[in-house]
Amino acid sequence: MGKKLFISGNDAVAEGVRLAKPHVISAYPITPQTIAVERLSEMVEDGSLRAEYMHVESEHSALACAMGVSSVGARAFTATSSQGLLYMAECLPYASGARMPIVMMNANRALATPWNIYGDQMDSMFLINSGWIQVYVEDAQEALDMMIQAYKIAEHEEVMTPMMVNLDGFVLTHTYELVEIPEQNKVDEFLPPINMTKQKMDVDNPKSLCISAGNDFNMEFKIKQEMDMKNSVTVIEGVDKEFGDKFGRYYNGMLEEYRCEDAQVILITTGSVTGTSRIVVDALREEGKKVGLLKLRYLRPFPAEGISDTVKNAKVVGVIDKNISFGFEGTIFTNVNSALITLEKTPKTINFIGGLGGRDITKKNIDEMFESLLKEASGEKQERIQYMNVRCMG
Amino acid sequence: MIEVRWHGRGGQGSFTIAKLLGMAASVYGGKYAQAFPSFGPERRGAPVLGFTRIDEKKITDRSEVDRCDYVVVLDETLWGDSVLSGLKKDTVIIVNTDRPEKYSGIVENKIVAIDGTKLALEILGRPITNTAMMGALIAVGGFVSLDDCKKAIENGMHARIAKKNILLIDKAYNMVKEA
Repeated sequence: MGKKLFISGNDAVAEGVRLAKPHVISAYPITPQTIAVERLSEMVEDGSLRAEYMHVESEHSALACAMGVSSVGARAFTATSSQGLLYMAECLPYASGARMPIVMMNANRALATPWNIYGDQMDSMFLINSGWIQVYVEDAQEALDMMIQAYKIAEHEEVMTPMMVNLDGFVLTHTYELVEIPEQNKVDEFLPPINMTKQKMDVDNPKSLCISAGNDFNMEFKIKQEMDMKNSVTVIEGVDKEFGDKFGRYYNGMLEEYRCEDAQVILITTGSVTGTSRIVVDALREEGKKVGLLKLRYLRPFPAEGISDTVKNAKVVGVIDKNISFGFEGTIFTNVNSALITLEKTPKTINFIGGLGGRDITKKNIDEMFESLLKEASGEKQERIQYMNVRCMG
Repeated sequence: MIEVRWHGRGGQGSFTIAKLLGMAASVYGGKYAQAFPSFGPERRGAPVLGFTRIDEKKITDRSEVDRCDYVVVLDETLWGDSVLSGLKKDTVIIVNTDRPEKYSGIVENKIVAIDGTKLALEILGRPITNTAMMGALIAVGGFVSLDDCKKAIENGMHARIAKKNILLIDKAYNMVKEA
């Protein structure tokens, strides 16, 4: 067993990255990610991480630099948040299309305007179509563990796709908790050094990277990218199982169901609100209410089959979205509904939009969500889209 | 679960101590803990909050602390609505003051007064009261041992200040225990 430390989510990210031994870290600091990259720069300075730390002039350069690193077959890490992620946006599909297995930490934070440094998921949802694998973690331990898993998944020769590890700004990045640090030798066994044989700049085997492809070939590139992203599910599940066997922590791959057996209503969550929801589910189960929880770990690839399979016997499904696709609804809600439409008997669905710009989602709020879901299940019609804990409605 | 809310000003170490208490309870005490500041920009001198949650089982609650079991006030100029919000009937308030009589009978809750500033000036030579207030808190609450807090100070603070802070917590703890 590794040693246990009382550290923040940002510290946990840095510890995980150190264990994964990237060759180059290129980053630009932004709240609430700053401490993660500060720690990494300290680790490089004190020699405990043998990597090059590049303090670049912008997020756009941070990812461009990571692409340079990846193109010669080396391991790259970057981290950002919010406006930084958006500033970097142009490079995201470049990296995914070029099939570069870069790993990025994103501290989920609101988007301006109004300017706001607190957490929500508007930023990563903006880039959901960027071709990056997106995973969302629930606590600091999962953040650390996913840094190690992420390289193994991204660098798998059947995946070769960059990966964004998302953790809620402040609620996870700035909260201290007990985290087990895996032993380096075990991490080395689990995650060997990067070995890109086919797709790197190599003077002995010259080839062109980041090429252009016109209408004669472009579509083939994109469809192959899509097929590999879809097939990455098997790799994601396999890596999680292998990680669990090695380190004793399993995260159930794409999604985790919590007390969904015989559940009449199920609430779907991502990220840190999952933990708070577990407490509410336990309390309601004590009262004999048939409620369950489904934690979505990955949003891309999207676990459509896993979702439909878990909720197929439920009457009503709720989805928490810490984002809005303006003019429609929460992005995860749209995705979940699209998955459920394949079922013969589709459960009713309700969207709970909350937590924007750092607004707390309380246990009482979650209790209200379940109450609404149970009412709908018993035939009492509920609003399809509900805004939680907000003053400007009704 | 025990929930502690720390009131201080930026630079007084109120979040540092929220963290050290969590470290004492979890790393050395074998329990689970969470510590976090009031989120947002940090400014020296501005009112800040620190929170520590301690439990026997893993803490998954990620919502803000709304009702706490202990309120620790490092700087009594912060006394007011924020200190008196989110109290339960049996919430204990621990306040750093040289005039304990000011606080007798002003609220229904139990108030423990300690002159942390005087102790800190004596031992550290600076009015940084966070470890003194941690000593008072655990003397009242008993949910983390003095030894585990000393280990947290020893391993969580810079070596040049750890020793004196261990003396300080010892003195504050015993003062409250004997009172």
